[in-house]
Amino acid sequence: MTGNILTSDAAGAAKTETAPFGHALVRAGETDTRIVGLTADLGKYTDIHVFADKFPTRFFQMGMAEQSLIGAACGLARTGLVPFATTYCVFATRRAYDFIAIGAALGRANVKIIAGLPGLTTGYGGTHQGIEDLALMRSIPGLTVIDPCDAIETAQATAAIAQHDGPVYMRLLRGVVPVTLEADYKFEIGKARLLVDGADVAFISTGLMTTRALEAARTLAASGVKAAVLHVSTLKPFDRAAVAALLARVPRIVTAENHFITGGLASAVADLAVDERLPIHLKRVGIPDVFCESGSLPYLAERYGLTAAHLVSAAQEVLR
Amino acid sequence: MPAAPSGPATSEMIPLTRDLTALRAHAKAMRRHVLRMAEIVGQGYVGQGLGIADVLAAVYFSELRTRPAEPTWPDRDRFVLSIGHYAIGLYAALAEAGIIPVEELSTYGADGSRLEMSAPETTTGVEMTGGSLGHGLTQSVGMALGLRLQGRDARVFNLLSDGECQEGSTWEAALAGAHHQLDHLIALIDCNNQQADGAPSKVMGIEPLHEKWAAFGWHTQRVNGHDFPALLAAFAQIRTTPGKPHAIVVDTLMGRGVKAFEEREKNHFIRVAPEEWSLANRQLEETA
Repeated sequence: MTGNILTSDAAGAAKTETAPFGHALVRAGETDTRIVGLTADLGKYTDIHVFADKFPTRFFQMGMAEQSLIGAACGLARTGLVPFATTYCVFATRRAYDFIAIGAALGRANVKIIAGLPGLTTGYGGTHQGIEDLALMRSIPGLTVIDPCDAIETAQATAAIAQHDGPVYMRLLRGVVPVTLEADYKFEIGKARLLVDGADVAFISTGLMTTRALEAARTLAASGVKAAVLHVSTLKPFDRAAVAALLARVPRIVTAENHFITGGLASAVADLAVDERLPIHLKRVGIPDVFCESGSLPYLAERYGLTAAHLVSAAQEVLR
Repeated sequence: MPAAPSGPATSEMIPLTRDLTALRAHAKAMRRHVLRMAEIVGQGYVGQGLGIADVLAAVYFSELRTRPAEPTWPDRDRFVLSIGHYAIGLYAALAEAGIIPVEELSTYGADGSRLEMSAPETTTGVEMTGGSLGHGLTQSVGMALGLRLQGRDARVFNLLSDGECQEGSTWEAALAGAHHQLDHLIALIDCNNQQADGAPSKVMGIEPLHEKWAAFGWHTQRVNGHDFPALLAAFAQIRTTPGKPHAIVVDTLMGRGVKAFEEREKNHFIRVAPEEWSLANRQLEETA
């Protein structure tokens, strides 16, 4: 059980990378000496230990104190540095919300908050599963919010946010991370990517759910259904143009997110459809309005409806 | 630890002094600014502004190395105001130091003015948006870490309040300051014995503050915040005590300098009748 709880989402993945965030941060830090790291007693568990090992004087251990972590990151940013602060989603957003909202966002501090265990990527229960972090972070003016899909995107997004001037909240896929996007994938802050085109139904997905949406699209293709997959890794700012264009062209929509079904990607899509008066048929796939159980990752994905098979069923539903 | 100001930047910096007459004159001028701002809006944190004037005069005119013409000078000492509603006192200091224009003080609290009742960091000379209490020391720790990493010879002063010692984040930051041995970080804890719901001893006891800060690993002193020789002596002791962050608990009297307001010290947010302002101005001028 413990093995399952601590495992990454990489079980069964054909290709993986280890600690893509940590290694990408080292690469960025080699050329940009403004980059510093800090953590709240989770260095080893958020892959920033790779950076700490490489640049020990540029790494600050803040202890088990998330308000202090985010506050110190803001202070470091005010001296011209580019701090990357790591902890888990639940601790960053639940315990340090005011420090992110006021210190980082209202204060326009150039801090990067990197948050592990998004959604159902840990077998621990409600204490550790970050199921509402995207909703909380999307509600903060001026904060950039990113949910990468795989190792490739995690690395690219790390490099991109290091260059970006402004506060960022990024979900972290840590440890052994699957590689599921194509090698030529290009991440850009605020840009959605149409990974597969199709006119019958469209998946709009974020984070690791894009991997499952791609799998669902392949399954549907085998039965003659052409499904598009639009990957929206930046939740905020939301790529309204790309999403609206897809909604106008393919009004049968399934959203897919490793997050509470309200306040995240599905809500952003629904808001946009209302604003743009686009008639769509929307089925939302995400975590229901409950604190989830503890358990193995496959069990949790099945139990709470986040598998590729669930996405296929949802697509079939909107096609009816 | 930085010594007295020297080098080519001196002429551009606020001239620092240990002359008691000069410091008292600065404090008096700042209190006049506070009264003018408070009178225009007809209310406000005049008690805090008057009460902290001596401490701010001591910091801004005996310790803080800043360049009025270059407020973002990277090597400046930082003054971080946690308690955003003390903005009235900070604006008085910034105006007296030439960092913001004196004439602008008349816009304090007005719609559209950058001199908001709680200081926003978009205003020149304001290092951090305070007001959500318990943030200042956490950010000050980060600034101190960043300045040291970059080899900048600058110090960080954080003014927080007695009530703010009830915020858990203050103590998270206190641990961090000591752990990282930030001896260029100075916390000034203003004890005016008044928070929104009354005296801290009634709201949530925080004493003994000296022992608490010392136990958290800080070089701690406690002085009368209206006693300039004591304030200067405390600052001098900081310079000869390396290896630890520094806490100075300053006991102050809200409304200090205006007898009518001192006697009304039990109010966190003082309301003043229009006819009282001339009395207040007169009392200030009569106070030594």
